[in-house]
Amino acid sequence: MAATGVVGGVAAAATAVPFAGSMFPSERAKAAGAPVEADISSLAPGEMKIVEWRGKPVWIVSRTKEMLDGIQKNNGRVSDPKSEVPLQPDYAKNEYRSIKPEIIVLEGVCSHLGCSPQLKSVEAKNDMGQDWTGGFFCPCHGSKFDFAGRVFAGSPAPVNLRVPPYKFVGDAKIIIGDDSKGA
Amino acid sequence: MAAAKKTPVTITCAGPLNGALSGVLTWVDARFPLVKMWEEQWGKYVAPKNFNFWYYFGSLSAFVLVLQIATGIFLTMNYKPDAAQAFASVEYIMRDVWGGWFIRYMHSTGASLFFICIYLHMFRALLYGSYRKPRELLWIFGMLIYLCLMAEAFFGYLLPWGQMSYWGAQVIVNLFGAVPFIGEDLSIWIRGDYVVSDATLNRFFAFHVIAIPLVLLGLVAAHLTALHEVGSNNPDGVEIKNQPKDPQTGLPLDGIYSHPYYTVKDALGVVVFLIVFSVIMFFVPEMGGYFLEYNNFIPADSLKTPPHIAPVWYFTPYYSILRAIPPLFNSQFPGVLGMGAATMIMFLLPWLDRSPVKSIRYKGPVFKGALTIFVIVFLVLGYLGTEPTNVWGQFGAWMGNADVATVVARICTAIYFLFFILMPWYSKIDECKPEPARLTW
Repeated sequence: MAATGVVGGVAAAATAVPFAGSMFPSERAKAAGAPVEADISSLAPGEMKIVEWRGKPVWIVSRTKEMLDGIQKNNGRVSDPKSEVPLQPDYAKNEYRSIKPEIIVLEGVCSHLGCSPQLKSVEAKNDMGQDWTGGFFCPCHGSKFDFAGRVFAGSPAPVNLRVPPYKFVGDAKIIIGDDSKGA
Repeated sequence: MAAAKKTPVTITCAGPLNGALSGVLTWVDARFPLVKMWEEQWGKYVAPKNFNFWYYFGSLSAFVLVLQIATGIFLTMNYKPDAAQAFASVEYIMRDVWGGWFIRYMHSTGASLFFICIYLHMFRALLYGSYRKPRELLWIFGMLIYLCLMAEAFFGYLLPWGQMSYWGAQVIVNLFGAVPFIGEDLSIWIRGDYVVSDATLNRFFAFHVIAIPLVLLGLVAAHLTALHEVGSNNPDGVEIKNQPKDPQTGLPLDGIYSHPYYTVKDALGVVVFLIVFSVIMFFVPEMGGYFLEYNNFIPADSLKTPPHIAPVWYFTPYYSILRAIPPLFNSQFPGVLGMGAATMIMFLLPWLDRSPVKSIRYKGPVFKGALTIFVIVFLVLGYLGTEPTNVWGQFGAWMGNADVATVVARICTAIYFLFFILMPWYSKIDECKPEPARLTW
């Protein structure tokens, strides 16, 4: 009796595997995550461009001198100023979290609960407080990030915004989702 | 089995049809315990005779459940669970399907009114100690129903595929991403994709129309069976089963049959409820953005979060708690845990309340005060959850420029948990009045 019960139980559990497994992303969904290409030749200083990669918004911001200086001023107010939490490829683990200081590439997905934060310019001091030096604000739960995607201490978001793998092809083109050296 | 039972059933309320109906029922009853079930569950169920206003909401909840199932079936006939077609199919129901707007507004209004009924029903239990022994399991079934309803509402809210549907689902699914170690894979498994997408919509549809409703119906049956087994509590919290029996009727002194007394009372409740329901449905179906959020009239866009995201009103107290708890060790898991604990802690109520009496009528000032504060805190958290965190501005530099609303939400969250955690203590030291032997009405 007991043995029959155990064997039956194992069989029932094994049968549940394909049911649970069917809820994982399908092969088609996995294949949809290919790299995308962004043209930044027309991106003026201070402007942001949004491209879609794996269904997520990816921001490319051309940072001005003023914006870069603002990032320096925030070192004491952000949770992880040196980007110790590995949310960026090694080549972006630096003071501006980017390959080139003036171009930042970030996944526009809040590290809190996945909303898409909004750009709040250097001028948005009335909304964001007098010490605001520009960055991003998440409308869902009020997390604040600077122009390097670093989260301000006290925000609901626990960590910085993620930097996706990317590479430059010449000066005018960025490939997002692929940072291989070849080709 | 021997031949069918011969106990005849006599129907006296159907006029000229009495004879025919009696015959049919006698035939059925010999083969299926129909009369027995009816009498156990309602017809000969003995209830305390002092039920008041608060006792409408159980039967009303059951009534709304029936409405939701009926309207849901008809919505399913025209709705398309497909990311490319869902939003348009809802608009199609609203504009082109004959009576479609009526059915859909009934379903959306019903969802909010369901939660109003359930919250009032639960508050009634808090008032009169209806969760106390021997009704612990009854309360647990009720809590499970409440959890199922929240799941049902959450899955259903994705279906119109508007901006709020989309981003609400995004936020809630990402809650699971906060679970240590397995979070990321868990949220991908729930979505079936790297973002909320067609796969997510399709499975949420399956959960909303079949999986959860089946569980819900089972739980409702268990809830009612448990209720009719232990008997109803009442506003005095006195067990009528312990009373002497009336020599003439054989019922407890303060007991009456549910039928026809409470059948008539509940019918009145349904009539008044339908009036309120109709006013909302015909004149303010969106309820100023609280029942149907304005941003949900914009199709889902995975690249653009609406400027302000809030869940529908019935989730907002918990949402406030989620927002209020700050991250710890680079993880927002504490907030998620806090939100979960806020619902789960209610399961423990039967064992947290150590008062010698059940009903608020005989409880002392301490419990009354605690309950009043709890209700205020619950409402404040609920309100704050509908608003952005800067709704009340910021404190000055002396408080580190913190948002006033966030600080208030943190205080309210602490009080919310203290109401439960301290209950074993304050319910015990409270000065209660003695319970009467007979019910008062």
